[in-house]
Amino acid sequence: MYALVDCNNFYASCERVFRPSLRGIPVVVLSNNDGACVARSDEAKNLGIKMGEPWFKVRHLAESHGLVALSANFALYGDISDRVMSLAAGLGVKTEIYSIDECFVTVDGIPGDLVARAHKIRARILQWVGIPCGIGIGPTKTLAKLANHVAKSAERKPGSYPVHLAQVCDLSGLTPPELESVMAATEINEVWGIGRQLTKQLNESGITTVLELVRLDPAMVRARWSVILERTVRELQGTSCIAFDDAPSPKQEIACTRSFGHPVTELRELNEAVTEFASRGAVKLRKQGSQAGQVMVFIRTSPFRKDTQYSRCITVPLRRPSADTAAIVGAALSGLRAIYKPGFKYAKAGVMLLDLQSDTVQQTELDFEEDAGPDRGRLMASLDELNHRYGRGTVLMASAGLAGDRRVWSMKQERRTPGYTTCWAEIPVARA
Amino acid sequence: MISTLSPQKPVLISDAPLVALLLKNRVCAGFPSPAEDLGAQRIDLTQLLVTHPQATYFLRASGQSMIEAGIFDGDILVVDRAIKPRHGHIVIAILDGDFTVKQLHQRQGRIKLKAANPTFAEIVPKDGQTIEIWGVVTATIKQLLS
Repeated sequence: MYALVDCNNFYASCERVFRPSLRGIPVVVLSNNDGACVARSDEAKNLGIKMGEPWFKVRHLAESHGLVALSANFALYGDISDRVMSLAAGLGVKTEIYSIDECFVTVDGIPGDLVARAHKIRARILQWVGIPCGIGIGPTKTLAKLANHVAKSAERKPGSYPVHLAQVCDLSGLTPPELESVMAATEINEVWGIGRQLTKQLNESGITTVLELVRLDPAMVRARWSVILERTVRELQGTSCIAFDDAPSPKQEIACTRSFGHPVTELRELNEAVTEFASRGAVKLRKQGSQAGQVMVFIRTSPFRKDTQYSRCITVPLRRPSADTAAIVGAALSGLRAIYKPGFKYAKAGVMLLDLQSDTVQQTELDFEEDAGPDRGRLMASLDELNHRYGRGTVLMASAGLAGDRRVWSMKQERRTPGYTTCWAEIPVARA
Repeated sequence: MISTLSPQKPVLISDAPLVALLLKNRVCAGFPSPAEDLGAQRIDLTQLLVTHPQATYFLRASGQSMIEAGIFDGDILVVDRAIKPRHGHIVIAILDGDFTVKQLHQRQGRIKLKAANPTFAEIVPKDGQTIEIWGVVTATIKQLLS
């Protein structure tokens, strides 16, 4: 049995913990240079604002409907997430953090009333941390996800599902007719793993509700659609097919890309940005114990502007797989020099580390070329340690530049709220 | 050595954190280290000030209304949201969408917020108005030099 704990409108809820005046008001959180809405409060959803909608398209709602927009404050969200996850873990045996605002918990063998226990945990997360969430319970991950959708919808849109399923919904506790009516009331696009394409295809075959989907024959689904949809159908039927992931496997690629706060034209500025992205990627690489075989760099202009467009990407293979910051930055910069053309207003750049492999498996080779140089593992470890102890960017590659947040290419985050829980100088104020 | 069970282990939610004592019963040959039985960790302020880490936030007081309770302008307040607010607690309340720190008075089902400074009036909710308590102040931190 799985429980899925999923926070409601997580980013917006985090902001409201420290700004009670934002309650009951439509709030959106913007990401990526304040460009698009990445989180919406219920009130903002009710205004018809879509996920990912560009801010300039909904900006007028600030005047007419009091819409408040905030820049994403990931330091805050990370801290709040950590608090929520550690309380959610009290629900069962093992937890798998699925994203910043949701986690699966295995609840097999937990004595007593599971629904009552889930309500207690939910109330505790709300009271202790200040974040509302929904909890869905089911025999498979897909059913737990579905149960979570039911729990949230029953609370947000009264009448969509029976009222006793609000906030916490255990699909395994329903009678067969109850379960059928819940599935009949749910459209298939709410099912985990069924995206827009698949929804369209299934709808064309006359399958619109979860009940119709669950009644399909898995073998037929595999033959007509795919093994992946077959797995989803089996999961909906109660057969667990998606394993509990104790230790997520190391990432197969690492990306660091960013849009610039202002258009960038000079190679020197791009050098700084690419150095920074490559350095961050190298740190991530070392953290997960990997080495990269290839470094990809891209630069591009903004498709939203009417300038002449330019977009190029290049992949630079490393002579030997490496997690050395200097080697990765070096490769990234040589790639950048190869693709850079003057005369364009660049809006975005990025570095991707590809062809990752474990640093415990090293391929040796006949030494035909120059010496690989001394082992720099200790240097890299010291670099990471210094940056960990004294803050990111304490020690960096000279080509990253020294202007910090005043660098031309830094992100635009004009509406960021303070680091309420991560910075002493920014803690909230109580009037005495 | 004291070790707390990991949060992934099932623990009845009504219970306090489980603490297990690991006794050192190793038999050693040679001269014993005089520090062997101590096994202590350096004292840590958060151990003293924070009972519920997930529920604890820090706020800064601004103003003069609580000086008789020892809370002065600029002090740091340790606020625990896991504690049920009771009569006499110093609390963080939400007033007109802002945080305010006051003493909670709860008598015969009526609630009011009192200042700890005679020049400030107490806050009594009007009919139908509710006061929301955001958290309970468990400690203040007063920095003399910073």
